[in-house]
Amino acid sequence: MSTAVTTLAPAASLDLKADMSVASRHSLAVDDLVRGFGLWRLAWTLGWLDIRLRYRGSMLGPFWLTISTGVMVGALGVLYSTLFKMDVASYLPFLALSQVLWGFLGALVSEACTSFTEAENVIRSVRMPFFVYSVRTLIRNIIVLAHNILVILVVFAWFRAWPGWDLLLAIPGMLIWIADALALTLLLGAFCARFRDIQPIVNSVMQIMFFVTPVIWKPEQLGAAGMAKLPLNPFFDLLEIVRGPLLDTGVSGMTWLGALGYSAALCSIAWAFFVRARGRITFWI
Amino acid sequence: MALQARIEVEDVSVLFPLYHGSSRSLKKMVVAAASGRLGKDQQQRVVVRALQNVNLRLSSGDRLGLVGTNGAGKTTLLRVLAGVYEPVAGRLRVQGSLNALLDPSLGMNAELTGRENILLRGLYNGLPRSMLPRLEEDVAEFAGLADFIDLPVRIYSAGMVIRLGFALATAIRPQILLMDEWFLAGDAVFMEKARQRLEEMVRGAEILVLSTHQMSVVREWCTRVVWLEQGRVRADGAPEEVLPQYLGTPLEMA
Repeated sequence: MSTAVTTLAPAASLDLKADMSVASRHSLAVDDLVRGFGLWRLAWTLGWLDIRLRYRGSMLGPFWLTISTGVMVGALGVLYSTLFKMDVASYLPFLALSQVLWGFLGALVSEACTSFTEAENVIRSVRMPFFVYSVRTLIRNIIVLAHNILVILVVFAWFRAWPGWDLLLAIPGMLIWIADALALTLLLGAFCARFRDIQPIVNSVMQIMFFVTPVIWKPEQLGAAGMAKLPLNPFFDLLEIVRGPLLDTGVSGMTWLGALGYSAALCSIAWAFFVRARGRITFWI
Repeated sequence: MALQARIEVEDVSVLFPLYHGSSRSLKKMVVAAASGRLGKDQQQRVVVRALQNVNLRLSSGDRLGLVGTNGAGKTTLLRVLAGVYEPVAGRLRVQGSLNALLDPSLGMNAELTGRENILLRGLYNGLPRSMLPRLEEDVAEFAGLADFIDLPVRIYSAGMVIRLGFALATAIRPQILLMDEWFLAGDAVFMEKARQRLEEMVRGAEILVLSTHQMSVVREWCTRVVWLEQGRVRADGAPEEVLPQYLGTPLEMA
């Protein structure tokens, strides 16, 4: 007998019941999360391969993203600073940062919708924690963000707008983003698998939010009354908790309250839905 | 192995609602809810009863063959055992590491090289990093791809893709082996080599569940046969009892 078959499969066990109590649904969902985190290396590899395969055969690869973002920021920066009659030195760093951060948010929300349906073949043939696909979607978008950050660095260096140690103040905001992103992929991933017409709706909502949220225009342009209402927009709160510290404009208490409140709501809805839907996702995709 | 492998299927049913039909879109759900027809709509939704009240107990040493016509529920049962489809009624308990050979190209990406596909499969199976070189060596040797191992799978011949897929699927040794019949198909030269490897894997597994139309395979490998018909267990017993009944039915084309 040869030694052809050598690698042992890791031990496992499974206990699935129909008509489960809320508690056992819960523990299966928690188990999904824990094992999903345990497979982070797989999620990382899949996310990274997604990017590599998307730009397969192109010379610059994902740096095309950097270039297109850079050109867009440059063109919009000059145009809008003229239209808004603003100083380029203060407007361009704002625009570069906002545009790159929004690019991440928008792509993440849109790709969250397909996080499970794109993995249809694997989901149907092997039992995997669904959380792996969420982490994969997040990692893929973080890699894109990392390439676009170059644009911010160049613009900040050019205008000497370096935030210094205030950079660290953006970290809590980024952690909230990560939690929200994972919650969103679970929620939209499952929901869009069940209802195929959600994704177009999500995409048009995101397009409207892009114009309603201060991404290319500055919050100050609204005037005091308008600014007071901005924290009602969840996208403003989330954008601001990362952008504020980096632009050294500070983050108001209301904004933090909004960001935390909306995030808590998103995470609880996503979790409640995932606990209910987890066992059915395979039938939906 | 710490614990003995065991499978318990108690009264399991699986239904497939046909979402692609009418109830799929949110618009229709909302309209139906608004007009008070949601409950009715849900009950009237087209459902395929893929498995109905299936009971099965397997313990270490069992070699089970699933027989039945196409659409009898063999593959669905394998997917239930693999934990892919969670039962809508009943209970499933599985103890022991499991490998389901259901999809020949599972997780294979034609744009990646053979070597990258091997590593990816290792990650899919949650193997620790230390096992990956061994997996790579084993698969590369068995698939016999030589220099092609570092080229994208996209340019492989059909035979090479089958060899790689087979080598990958059979490289990881489980306590419970679930196998769909595609695994027994392949070109003649490769078949003999494949057969040896598969037999080794089958011998190594504590429990085998095999779905097939080839009666010779069932006779050779299985100690027990379950005959599925329209999602129900029609007969369950030793091959010499069940197979004659099964083959005796006029519908069967064996």
